[in-house]
Amino acid sequence: MAVKDAGRAARPGERAPASRAPASRAPAREPERPERRADPAELIQLLTPEGERVEHPDYPLEISAAEVKALYRDLVIVRRIDFEAIALQRQGELGIWASLLGQEAAQVGSGRALGPRDMAFPTYREHGVAWCRGLDPVKLLELFRGVSHGGWDPTEHNFHLYTIVIGSQTLHATGYAMGIQRDGAVGDDGEAVIAYFGDGATSQGDVNEAFIWASVNNAPIVFFCQNNQWAISEPLERQTRTPLFQRANGFGFPGVRVDGNDVLACLAVTRKAMQAAREGQGPTLIEAFTYRMGAHTTTDDPTRYRLSAELESWKLKDPIERVKQYLIRTEQAEMTFFDEVEAEAAAVGSRVRAACLQMPDPPPTSMFDDVLTTQTTQLATERAGFAAYLDSFAAQEPVLAEEGR
Amino acid sequence: MTTLTLSRALNEGLRKALEANAKALIMGEDVGKLGGVFRVTDGLQKDFGEARVIDTPLAESGIIGTAIGLALRGYRPICEIQFDGFIFPAFDQIVSQLAKMRYRSRGAVKLPIVVRVPFGGGIGAVEHHSESPEALFAHTPGLRVISCGDPADAYTMIQQAASSDDPVLFFEPKRRYWDKAEVDTEGGLAAALPMDSARVLVEGSDLTLLCYGPMVRTCAEAAVAAASDGRSLEVIDLRSLAPLDVETIFASVRKTGRCVVVHEAVVTGGLGAEIAAQVTQECFYSLEAPVLRVGAYTTPYPPSRLEEHYLPDLDRILDAVDRSFGY
Repeated sequence: MAVKDAGRAARPGERAPASRAPASRAPAREPERPERRADPAELIQLLTPEGERVEHPDYPLEISAAEVKALYRDLVIVRRIDFEAIALQRQGELGIWASLLGQEAAQVGSGRALGPRDMAFPTYREHGVAWCRGLDPVKLLELFRGVSHGGWDPTEHNFHLYTIVIGSQTLHATGYAMGIQRDGAVGDDGEAVIAYFGDGATSQGDVNEAFIWASVNNAPIVFFCQNNQWAISEPLERQTRTPLFQRANGFGFPGVRVDGNDVLACLAVTRKAMQAAREGQGPTLIEAFTYRMGAHTTTDDPTRYRLSAELESWKLKDPIERVKQYLIRTEQAEMTFFDEVEAEAAAVGSRVRAACLQMPDPPPTSMFDDVLTTQTTQLATERAGFAAYLDSFAAQEPVLAEEGR
Repeated sequence: MTTLTLSRALNEGLRKALEANAKALIMGEDVGKLGGVFRVTDGLQKDFGEARVIDTPLAESGIIGTAIGLALRGYRPICEIQFDGFIFPAFDQIVSQLAKMRYRSRGAVKLPIVVRVPFGGGIGAVEHHSESPEALFAHTPGLRVISCGDPADAYTMIQQAASSDDPVLFFEPKRRYWDKAEVDTEGGLAAALPMDSARVLVEGSDLTLLCYGPMVRTCAEAAVAAASDGRSLEVIDLRSLAPLDVETIFASVRKTGRCVVVHEAVVTGGLGAEIAAQVTQECFYSLEAPVLRVGAYTTPYPPSRLEEHYLPDLDRILDAVDRSFGY
């Protein structure tokens, strides 16, 4: 279904045939002129806010009831994890939390479009993608509790570390994609990269450099921009006068705008773009048009800069409710299914909460670990000095106790 | 032994690095067909191909950012930043990502990336082509910062940097690119001094002269000149700025009792300040005079017609030596 919107979509459905040129001869692709559709002012949508399934000629999606139910389960669980984390922050257990509320479909839809060998580069809000990749949400809480800066092994789930500086990871993702090319892992059974970022990040030099590098190298990468309309307090108009997906035209690769609150559309559009990248057809920019329903982080107060009416209108486009309506309307799920998912989400939430409360602080001397691959004499000396300093307090402790603390 | 210029020694060292590890890559602006603006990478793209010697878009943040991604995929990029003053667009990627990603990952990630930076003045260049920003990186935990002072070190140290699993900022003394010396290109790296060790270049007994990069040659000349005044200077090429080989420094200063640190970089907040503080703390009872610093004034790099007044030279070093003996 073509929903009227401000932008004009390029047509990723029509690409040059897959290039089999080795990386040494990249860039192999002639810059192609993205073809415009007859009525390009559209937002790709496969499931309306009312839960009505609609078709799109470029994005046919064969999906079973079981698959839709699995997506619904993901959506509910990641929202529950988010809810739990906000509560934990409010109770002083986390230093801060960046909520994904409202962006569940964009993250689950794109996250479930990835193959196990694809690599994802997140910002710090991709809790839903993390879930899809199989990363334990407790690892995310470590970061926001201040127990680590992330600390997971990116190769374990092919999910890179959270990156807090806005846009930096898009270059890392592009370099990784250039590595895939050099490994000869483009083509049939190829691999690809997805880089997540937001509307604010599109103003960063690094993101624009990433577009250029990906383009001239024809790198196997999908740039997945969650346009949630707000960069903390700044609305989209402060970042751009052009619909974001149209920026891709200027860099020489296709751009497409998808309803970011439609998990089916996000799945279909990301699948297609990832497949194109894997096959050697180069990058795609996906703009997932969504809304940050919560605050930027738990330190933020959106009532200072936006109207509640805006939030109310987006609530009508809730990414979870429409899937539920669809499942009910088409009788693909019994009511017991929804109860079961709720119960499971509650259990995940409880587990995450308990793990957070039990999370110990790291030992103080661990701050000297992993600065470099080998411990320098300087660091060893500093560590020993700090340990001795700590011990000097331990020696005094009985005295303090005696003084009746 | 072969006679090589410093730039040629780097070229040979880079060639060895590319041969030694199939994952090693060279990337930067004009490093391919042109061979780099200083020809340090001359001929390497022809021999190793465009996939391994990569002419990049003109964007320094992009060079470092994509190098990080390539390293995450298992590659070992050796990046060239064309001139010292052009490193700042990449400063964020170097300081916030390259230096911190291993720490962020609690050791899960390693980033074996070399960032080559031709640095320092003395070539009559326009603005931004003569700077010495090394202290900014030495101040950043998570990076190794080294500098070569002669062709032999250039040849071995670039290979050591390329085989290091840590990020290495490699500062090349651009005005010494054309200096020639004997280089042993036959022997392997096993016998070479580790890249994080300082080298006692000239042994002496009266004063310790600390230097690196372009000032190594100037300080060696200062030692010769001082000898004619009856003063025995010990010249130490620091080679590694992060970490500093403080044991070699302290041992020398305990012996000589006097210390002068020389660099082209601005004195304020520079490596000399760090060294002076550490020497004062650790060698206090050996010192006959305060640690003195010779370096650039606290101004931006001046127009090139003034650079000979701005840069430390033989006379400024000998003047500092005189002042040290005046205490």
